[in-house]
Amino acid sequence: MGLEEKISSTLLKEHLLKLAQAGKRKDGRKFDEMRPIEVKEGTFTKGLGEAWVSLGKTQVLTSLKFDVGEPYPDTPDKGVLISNVELLPLASPSFEPGPPDENAIEMARVVDRAFRGSDAIDLSKLVVEEGKLVYILFLDLYVLDYDGNLFDALTLSSLITFTRARIPLVKMGEDGSPKLVEGENFPLPLVDYPLSFSFVKIGEYLMLDPNLEEESVADAALTLAIDKDLNICSVQKRNGTFKLSEINKAVDIARAKYPEVIEQVKKVVDIA
Amino acid sequence: MNSIFTEEKPEILIQEDGTRIDGRKPDEMRPISIEVGVLRKANGSAYLEWGGNRVLAAVYGPREVHPRHLALPDRALIRCRYNMAPFSTEERKRPGPDRRSIELSKVIREALLPAVFVERFPNTSIDIFVEILRSDAGTRIAGITAASLALADAGIPLRGLVSGCTVGKVGDWLVLDVGHEEDMWGDADIPLAMIMETKEITLLQSDGTLTPEEFREALDLAIKGCTYVYELQKEALRRPYIAVEKEVKGEE
Repeated sequence: MGLEEKISSTLLKEHLLKLAQAGKRKDGRKFDEMRPIEVKEGTFTKGLGEAWVSLGKTQVLTSLKFDVGEPYPDTPDKGVLISNVELLPLASPSFEPGPPDENAIEMARVVDRAFRGSDAIDLSKLVVEEGKLVYILFLDLYVLDYDGNLFDALTLSSLITFTRARIPLVKMGEDGSPKLVEGENFPLPLVDYPLSFSFVKIGEYLMLDPNLEEESVADAALTLAIDKDLNICSVQKRNGTFKLSEINKAVDIARAKYPEVIEQVKKVVDIA
Repeated sequence: MNSIFTEEKPEILIQEDGTRIDGRKPDEMRPISIEVGVLRKANGSAYLEWGGNRVLAAVYGPREVHPRHLALPDRALIRCRYNMAPFSTEERKRPGPDRRSIELSKVIREALLPAVFVERFPNTSIDIFVEILRSDAGTRIAGITAASLALADAGIPLRGLVSGCTVGKVGDWLVLDVGHEEDMWGDADIPLAMIMETKEITLLQSDGTLTPEEFREALDLAIKGCTYVYELQKEALRRPYIAVEKEVKGEE
């Protein structure tokens, strides 16, 4: 960051902090208010399931592909899920082409943990032949337009993607090689619906679903994932520091918000 | 394919009276020993043994930034590399960074950075290297604990030491300082690091399902662990000076 950017970000921070002291955010939201969620209609990929989701001006596209292969040696009775986040250069002037950087890797791992931590996908149902052949799911998370809070947008679009996904049936053929069973498929065994809730701290104020401006000047950032029973299934503190009381407060807000957001998801996809 | 290194899940991880698989009580830590200033070339260093973990941390800087365009005009650039040695695991680990170690390098850096008065050293870099020589669950926390001492040993002004500890959920129990089997087969895992002087949490992650009550209790337990680690860190920092003091005073 050059000096000029440093000065403008210092000014922006002062402004956001002053607004916060008056109980306001620059875009008019309450501290615990999320931006509008929209799910675009149409087909955009060749995935088994997909979702193009916007959270305010942030847009992400996720799509699920599959293959079959050997299970991991320590989980011979389970399928495999591999998540990869691409911060596309078309999404932000600050993203550059190249292999995933630490931000993309962290994001992919945190989104992955929301589903893994809550055992949301029953991976034991994704086995063709135990110890030999399992389904390998590839969740590709494409960031299209970056205006803050990618963690929540990506978790949300992943959830919708999983809910929509139908997995082609694979059987072991008589010659010992796997074959697609023509025309047969099954829904992805999804047993929980975790959602992610991210906060930033500006001064002493906790703000849910930060936009890019808020993120860029934040003193600290925290992402929590909440499952359908309102339990905590993953946590990732990112930059900065939090007091214990602030963490507890964020947990309370996230748990209070879950029903509201999952209602919006239910308008788009069928979940119990 | 079964690997010859695949471990069998033990039948019981924790007994009904709370005795853990390695014989510890739920709130009992593994033995920890720390030595500061173990490397000559580095500006600061520390060696730590925590249970079966063996960790070396070194700090270089504040020094000139390479490449130069990364330099920050108003503060020091902090970089961190967490690395697991090929011989640190049961099955040889392929050398070089994987996705896990890239994430851990980031969270370790973010755990240490809030403690450093970075604004004192504009246009410089402070480079932190954490090498896991032998791993036995809780390596990120062991790395932070050691690296924090290496920063202090380098004479870099700090708001306080960063102390870490992990809490796990095993069945119905919350256990302090997660061990290898608990890490492999436990139900949840919550590493936490804190600047004990200011009570600021600088690292918090969680993997696995916890009720809000369990989560709160886990944080309290982890902070209790950090408090214990902090005392050991202070003692390790003072030890070389106490040795000198004794020498000067002619004591044995």
